[in-house]
Amino acid sequence: MSEKKPERREFLFTASYAVGAVGVGAVVWPLVDQMNPDASVKALASTEVDISSVQSGKTITVLWRGKPVFIKRRTPEEIAEARAVKLEDLKDPQKDEDRVKDPEWLVMVGVCTHLGCVPLNDKGDYNGWFCPCHGSHYDISGRIRKGPAPTNMEVPKYEFVNSNTIKIG
Amino acid sequence: MSDHEYVPSSKFGKWFNDRLPLLSLASHLTDYPTPKNLNYWWTFGGILTFCLITQIVTGLTLAMHYIAHADMAFESVEHIMRDVNYGWLIRYIHANGASMFFLAVYIHIFRSLFYGSYKSPREIIWIIGIIIYLLMMAAAFMGYVLPWGQMSFWGATVITNLFSAIPLVGEGIVNWLWGGYSVDNPTLTRFFTLHYLIPFLILGLVVLHIWALHVPGNNNPVGIDVKKPSKDTVPFHPYIVIKDGFALLMFMIVFAFFVFYSPNILGHADNYIEANPMVTPAHIVPEWYLLPFYAILRSVPDKLMGVVAMLSAILILAALPWLDTSKIRSAVFRPLYKQFYWILLVDVLILGYVGAMPAEGLYLLIARVATAYYFIHFLIILPVLGFKEKTIPLPLSITEPVLGGMPMASAVKKKESLN
Repeated sequence: MSEKKPERREFLFTASYAVGAVGVGAVVWPLVDQMNPDASVKALASTEVDISSVQSGKTITVLWRGKPVFIKRRTPEEIAEARAVKLEDLKDPQKDEDRVKDPEWLVMVGVCTHLGCVPLNDKGDYNGWFCPCHGSHYDISGRIRKGPAPTNMEVPKYEFVNSNTIKIG
Repeated sequence: MSDHEYVPSSKFGKWFNDRLPLLSLASHLTDYPTPKNLNYWWTFGGILTFCLITQIVTGLTLAMHYIAHADMAFESVEHIMRDVNYGWLIRYIHANGASMFFLAVYIHIFRSLFYGSYKSPREIIWIIGIIIYLLMMAAAFMGYVLPWGQMSFWGATVITNLFSAIPLVGEGIVNWLWGGYSVDNPTLTRFFTLHYLIPFLILGLVVLHIWALHVPGNNNPVGIDVKKPSKDTVPFHPYIVIKDGFALLMFMIVFAFFVFYSPNILGHADNYIEANPMVTPAHIVPEWYLLPFYAILRSVPDKLMGVVAMLSAILILAALPWLDTSKIRSAVFRPLYKQFYWILLVDVLILGYVGAMPAEGLYLLIARVATAYYFIHFLIILPVLGFKEKTIPLPLSITEPVLGGMPMASAVKKKESLN
C-alpha cells in the first residue's frame, strides 16, 4: 500500500483542492481587508500644530489620527532630570536625546502602551504621567518606569515646519 | 428522538408529519423523560432561553431607533430614552437584561460544577455552553460600546488593546479591528453589526446545546444515570414546564425590580457623558459580570502574560471534563470536592470584588492570591482529588434516596448527616 504510485484521480483531487483554496482565499481576502483603515482615515494622517503660545513647563494635547498627542515645553530642570536617569533603571531603555528633536519640546502619542488609556499630566511617582486605568507611571521623558505598560510612550513622526509650527505625521 | 414512534391522530397531521416531522419533534419535546428529582437549580436553562428571547426582541426594537454613527449614537440613545414611546422601558429591559442573562448563566454554570453535569457523556453540551458564554461576553461588550459614552469608548479601547499584546502582528490586528488608528466611527459601525449578529449565532448554538442534551438526557442532583422511561423520570410536560414556569416568574420579579426601581444601579454614571477620545475617566471598570476576569488580567504585572492568564481562565473551563478525574458526578457524594467547590465560588466572588477596586496595595495582593488559587483549583486540586478522595457510596437509583429503607439506606442517612 505504502508503495502505491499516486494515481491520476488523486492528482486531480489535489489539484482541485488547491485551485479551490486559492479561489476561496481570493474571495475571503476583500471581506477581511475591508475592515482595515480606509483611504479617508489614512488621508487624515498628518496635523500641523501652532506651538507659539505654549508656556514653559506646560503641555498641550492635540488630536492626531483620533489619538491625543502630548506636546510638552520642558523647563531646563525637567530636561536635566530626564537626562540624569541611568539607562539601567529603565524598563524600556532609551536615552532622552533619542526621544526629542529639540530638548525643550517633548512630542509623543499620549496613549498608554498598556491598554490605550490617556495618561494624566504631572502625576505619578516620576513627575511625568500616570495612567489611571492600570497604574503605569511614566517619567518626564515619557518613559515607562513602573506598572504594567511594556514600552515607553510612542514618539510619532514629526518635524518643525518653522519655530512656531510642528507637523505631526 | 428514537424513544418512541409518534403518529398524529388527525389525517392532516399525519399527512403533514410524513412530509416534515415537526409534530414528532413537538411530541419528543413534550414527552421528553426528565429525572424526577431535578431541583430548582435546573430551571435556569429555561430562564436563559427567556433571557435570550428578551434580548433579541428588545434589541430588534431598539435597532429601529438607534443610529450607529459616532456623531449621533449618544444622542439617538437619549432620543430613545426621552422621545420614543416606551423607549425608556425597552432600553432598560435590554440593558438590565444583559445583567440578568449573566446572573442566570453564572448560576447555570455553577449548578453544572456542583453536580458534575459537564462529565461524560455530557462533555459536548458543556463545551457548546462555554462557546455560548464566550459569545455572550462578546455581545455584551459590543453592546456596551453602542451608546458611545465615556465607558463605552474607553472600555472598547482597553479591550481591543488586549490584542496588541500579541507579538509582532498585535498592532496590525488592533488597527484592523478598529478600522483606523483609534476607536472611532468604523469601530462603532462594525460593533453594531456584530452585536446584531451574535444573538442569532447564540440561538443556533442553543439549539445544538439542547439537542446534545436530549441524547443522554438530563443529569440530576444525585448524578447517577436514570433508566428512561422508567419510574425515575417524568415527562417534560407538564411537570418540568410548570416548575420552570414558576421559577421564571420568580426570576422576572428580580428582573422587574432592576428595570423599574434601580435601572442604572448596574451601570456607570460615566457612560452618560459622551465619548471623548482626549480624556480617560479616572476609574475604568467593566460591567460586573466581567470583573473576575478583569481582576485576573490586572493581577499579572506583564502585559502579554496578563492577557494570556485572562483568556486561560475562561478556556480552562473547556478542558474541565478531563481535568476533573473523578467518576462521581454529584458533589453530594464527594465530601472533599464539595468544600473545594465552595472555596472556588468564594474565590471567584473575591476576584469580582477586587476587579472593581483600584489595582494597588492590598487589593492587588488579594487579586494575585485569588488568581493563583483559581488556576490551582482546576489544574492541581481537581485532577488529584479524583484519585485521592474517598467518596460516599452512590444509591442504586434516584428513587432510592426519596423512598428510603431501600438497600443502601445507611449510605443515604450518612449523606444526610454530612449535609
